[in-house]
Amino acid sequence: MKVFKKTASAMLVSSLIAGTAQAQVSDDEIRIGYLADMSGTYRDLAGPGGLEALKMAVEDFGGSVDGKKIVVFNADDLNKPDVGANTVRQWVDERNVDMVTGLVATSVVLAASKVVEQADKLALISGAASSSITNEYCSPNHIHWTYDTYALANGTAKAVLAAGGKSWYLLTADYAFGHSMEADISKVVKEGGGSVLGSVRHPFPSNDFSSYVLQAQGSGAEVIALANAGADTVNALKTASQFGVTQAGQKLAGMVVFLNDIHAMGLDVTQGLMLTTGWYWDMNDETRAWSRRYFDRFGRMPTMAQAGVYSATTHYLNAVKATGSDATATVRAQMAATPVNDMFAKGGQIRTDGRMVHDMYLAQVKTPAESKGEWDLYKIVSTIPAQQAFRPLADSQCKLVTGKVAQN
Amino acid sequence: MTLLFGIPLSVMLGQLLLGLINGAFYALLSLGLAIIFGLLRIINFAHGALYMLGAFAAWLGLNYLGVNYWVALLLSPLLVGAVGMAVERHLLRRIAGEDHLYGLLLTFGLALIVEGSFVKLFGVSGASYPMPELLKGGHNLGFMFLPSYRAWVVVAALLVCIATWYMIERTRLGSYLRAGTENPKLMQAFGINVPLLVTLTYGYGVALAAFAGVLAAPIYPVSPTMGANLLIVVFAVVVIGGMGSIMGAIVTGLAMGLIEGLTKVFYPQAASTVVFLVMVIVLLFRPAGLFGKEA
Repeated sequence: MKVFKKTASAMLVSSLIAGTAQAQVSDDEIRIGYLADMSGTYRDLAGPGGLEALKMAVEDFGGSVDGKKIVVFNADDLNKPDVGANTVRQWVDERNVDMVTGLVATSVVLAASKVVEQADKLALISGAASSSITNEYCSPNHIHWTYDTYALANGTAKAVLAAGGKSWYLLTADYAFGHSMEADISKVVKEGGGSVLGSVRHPFPSNDFSSYVLQAQGSGAEVIALANAGADTVNALKTASQFGVTQAGQKLAGMVVFLNDIHAMGLDVTQGLMLTTGWYWDMNDETRAWSRRYFDRFGRMPTMAQAGVYSATTHYLNAVKATGSDATATVRAQMAATPVNDMFAKGGQIRTDGRMVHDMYLAQVKTPAESKGEWDLYKIVSTIPAQQAFRPLADSQCKLVTGKVAQN
Repeated sequence: MTLLFGIPLSVMLGQLLLGLINGAFYALLSLGLAIIFGLLRIINFAHGALYMLGAFAAWLGLNYLGVNYWVALLLSPLLVGAVGMAVERHLLRRIAGEDHLYGLLLTFGLALIVEGSFVKLFGVSGASYPMPELLKGGHNLGFMFLPSYRAWVVVAALLVCIATWYMIERTRLGSYLRAGTENPKLMQAFGINVPLLVTLTYGYGVALAAFAGVLAAPIYPVSPTMGANLLIVVFAVVVIGGMGSIMGAIVTGLAMGLIEGLTKVFYPQAASTVVFLVMVIVLLFRPAGLFGKEA
């Protein structure tokens, strides 16, 4: 009996191995992992809402690609790089997951994408901000989809400069992300003929911004830029409004601002704020139709990160369908060869460095009088063409672009 | 322009005033903690969650029942205080007299449950509580623009702190309380209902947290994590002041606000750590805290 069992299991294993060698889609299933902060600071910008968008993409495909079932796993990374990396390792080792998406905090993304690269799988990053993901940390195994710090600083700072704000003061979150944001903004401001009068680096996260706002107020700068994100930005904006910053003629420029932040603060506080966004639900009939569908399921309007998850997943599944394979290199090549044309982007291109370049939008937050509903929050002021929005490949430090292996 | 350490005096004054405002919050919260520790010997880790509950009670009241700010300022502490009393009666009482750790773990667990449930219900972005009409706007003091609401926060918090101190140190009820802390058995022999006193005290400490929560609602985002962020600093304040010392909690709360305010001007990067630095120094030289009695 024992012998029989052993033989049987050996036969099973060998048939499985033979099976994978022949079949184009591994395990006859397309396996997707959704990794995001599901419970902390970044929960509302991607979180459970991003998982819902992913499920929509899968359902819109009928749950399978040419008879191969699409299976979705999800996990909370708690904004901890070790948790994120271990989860992804488990997914690729034990469940043979083909693609990982969501991916919010930059620190988690960098840790998780290392694992993805080692296992030669694919990561489609929608939530994270840092432009270093496709610069010094670029990889053939990940694609950065929705936005990045370069595009945001570039879009917003240029627009504010053009509107006449020449002298700047920066409120910077005192960690890696804030510092790179500060550098990005300073560069744009100086190149645009403006000057940076000073900056204050506040601890991350900070509860009370009144002191920093007062310092910014005292600097006499025309523009106060917020090189921080999430709750810090919300806090800084709220405080600035109480201390009469905008009433006194100073302008505020938020760099990383999401729809959920504006929704949380309300228009009284945020009206008139200029920001750059990768997508907004109320841009055209296509975005509205998709967002209504999303709203009916989830009860909130989607952020750009959540819409990005839908777009990235759909583009991925299309590539799997077109090639009949889920092998990373094949799918990655097919994805890059096909422009992204959906409700999220028109004519979007995936570059060698893994950056998906698409039009970005300069938006202004509506006044309470202009807004017609709970989620009617932005008006799109102008479109920033894809070629101008993102860091040009000529300035890239990415090893895939320069051909040089990184020094470290 | 007069300069003080290379900083214009006017800027300095502004920053000190802001420090005082933050200090008022610290004082209010650490006072509640100190009272609870003084009588119950419970290290109340749920204090931050209860502060958050206070703010949310006000926000929910406004949005679903139309309760305005001034009513909420009274109602929310009563409501949250009642929740606190129920917790004391049904949970904390069971571990009375046990090691401090049990109380700490129980209240910490409660805080996690409450905050987790609120994240599930309301998300983490937080909600916005509108400024009450009466306190909108502000005054130009010459050296800074002071929003009326912040001035009100300092006045309200100080009044409540002083009233509490007076009640505990100068009234008959307060003397029962203090005696109950020293020797509960003897008090009971005199015919005082000590268990009731304990319940009321916990309820009052909790109500103070909720009161601070309502005060904070129009300035900070009302979010499930608002209390957790503040709690550790407030504990440091209590430790510096001396565990269980009423006056110590109030004075230290204000002082830490001022020190933090100055740090934000001279070296902002250290603003979130300076309180702990002070704590380390104080513990080195006065292990019982600035106002604590040496054991």
